[in-house]
Amino acid sequence: MGKERIEQKFAEKLASGEKLFIPYIMAGDGGLNVLEERICFLAECGVAAIELGIPFSDPTADGPTIQKAGVRALKNGTTLAGVLEILESFKTRREVPVILMTYINPIFHYGLERFAKACVRAGVDGVIIPDVPLEEEDLIAGFLHQHGIAFIRLVALTSPKERVVEIARRSEGFLYAVSVMGTTGVRQHHDEHVKEYLQTLKEVSPVPVLAGFGVSNGEQARDLGEYCDGVIVGSKIVDLFNEGKIKEIQELIKDSLMTRSKA
Amino acid sequence: MTTYTMPDKTGRYGNFGGRFVPELLMPALLELEEVYETAKNDPAFLQQVEYYLKQYVGRETPLYFAEQLTKKLGGPKIYLKREDLNHTGAHKINNTIGQALLTLRMGKKKVVAETGAGQHGVATATVCALFGLECIVFMGVEDIERQKLNVFRMEMLGAEVRGVSSGSGTLKDATNEALRYWAAHVTDTHYILGSAVGPHPFPLIVRDFQSVIGKETKRQIVEQTGKLPDAVVACVGGGSNSIGMFYPFIEDEFVKLYGVEAAGKGVDTDLHAATLTKGDVGILHGTLSKLLQDEHGQITEAFSISAGLDYPGVGPEHSHLHETKRVTYEAVTDEEALDAFQFLTKTEGIIPALESAHAVAYAMKLARTMSPDETMVICLSGRGDKDVEQVKSRLEER
Repeated sequence: MGKERIEQKFAEKLASGEKLFIPYIMAGDGGLNVLEERICFLAECGVAAIELGIPFSDPTADGPTIQKAGVRALKNGTTLAGVLEILESFKTRREVPVILMTYINPIFHYGLERFAKACVRAGVDGVIIPDVPLEEEDLIAGFLHQHGIAFIRLVALTSPKERVVEIARRSEGFLYAVSVMGTTGVRQHHDEHVKEYLQTLKEVSPVPVLAGFGVSNGEQARDLGEYCDGVIVGSKIVDLFNEGKIKEIQELIKDSLMTRSKA
Repeated sequence: MTTYTMPDKTGRYGNFGGRFVPELLMPALLELEEVYETAKNDPAFLQQVEYYLKQYVGRETPLYFAEQLTKKLGGPKIYLKREDLNHTGAHKINNTIGQALLTLRMGKKKVVAETGAGQHGVATATVCALFGLECIVFMGVEDIERQKLNVFRMEMLGAEVRGVSSGSGTLKDATNEALRYWAAHVTDTHYILGSAVGPHPFPLIVRDFQSVIGKETKRQIVEQTGKLPDAVVACVGGGSNSIGMFYPFIEDEFVKLYGVEAAGKGVDTDLHAATLTKGDVGILHGTLSKLLQDEHGQITEAFSISAGLDYPGVGPEHSHLHETKRVTYEAVTDEEALDAFQFLTKTEGIIPALESAHAVAYAMKLARTMSPDETMVICLSGRGDKDVEQVKSRLEER
């Protein structure tokens, strides 16, 4: 459970030569009653973990797609407490690691230590909080650590080398490499220097490196995957679920995980 | 007398403040902090700021003895700090001049800003025109509708105004969008934040640039009355004019400081912007402070007749001064502000901004508890021309 489950699961996949694929879904988008079904479906598609967004009224790191999903989820009455409860209700029926992604205010309001304990009860394995940088992580890192929940750190294209090294050193589970300048959302292509950036991260990171933000198709996923351990796909998956294109999600994941033929 | 040294190195004002932003923005905040630390100790930079404040903005602004108002209220001698007489009509330009000069110092050529009523947007577009900077202003679609004239002003000044329709389409959402834009363009763009909110070092920088209000007031009141005032009153939305007014007085413990929030339809309704009076602790737009939120930590909408006070958060230093009780925070309703708006206009021939009318409204109440040998300063943060149309329609509804 927790950090260990992520590490073990990732190590197994990487050892067998597989890349890691993490889809992002917004809890409560489409209704909370579909959460279990979606998580189980994605697990069957062979994902390494699931990043589960908890909606926040002011998501400054998110682009239009995930913002809209958040609005839909909030309209459905989604709350942090409610999602934790549902996760707890089927935790014995899932093996795929679940990583919560939300902003610090809902967690702060819920109670930092109470949150860490609730994560354990709900079978949450890791947490991503985009608006908590190195400078502010003492607020919550201790509680997560104490309860064995992986605190996944994000590193950005603007991070200078010293910060990259420090962030990578602290990251638990994996290192989340934000691979665009800006917010989440579909991008046509990534800058050439993203590859260099990922290579640098691989050199300094003691944990697997996954690229996220702006990844939306198998081609991009395989392309970036050559320079790191895998990818996180958010907006595209959110869109496909919203449009009911379940089969395409399956194909996207399959396509992303395809071994690149060396031409 | 205790020495006041806030914020500390991590941008904390006691239990409040900090920099809760994505990693992508951290290097820019650290750079800004470093550049600002050097600039504020550089006599050439300070001289430059002073030059533009004097020759371009028209400082210093008068501290005007409001004799008629004083007579009518029959309490203390009331002085008005006339920030409404600044170029562009409000205190906002004190900060944008300073931050535009910092932008040039960082070698950046582009500026992004958020605006509610449009006052900060206009003040930013103005300095960008002056210094040849590219300017993008994010403004909620609701506010664009309510403040068409300011949108036109900004466009005339060469700024691009981008409508924000997410959320409630007001200041909070415009700030989200400005932060997102900044994250995507951080290498060549500076974010000129307009209030004493946001991640460190913004609350510090805005306070310092706005402190010219309090510094001048302190000197002027002593020149005119031979002593410091007994009470100082200023309105608080995010809290930039008030922190600029209060900061130089913080160590003068016998000077009572009053911050006035917007109570909208009343603090016992859901329609208000009284963050310190009714809010609780949380994190919004990069800072830990008091804010309006529901039981799940979702930010709720603020409400006020005054667009400039219509913000669900408040600067972290105000939360600190509230907690330590150095400043007393009160709230006045839309109706009280409207009454004060008309009262000051008729008594002194000065049309205050609706924001500033909140300070006037509370000062009128406070005056009843004070004696004629005491003095009171009201920060008249802006002029009310922008509000005349709205006031007219509100009065017709009465």
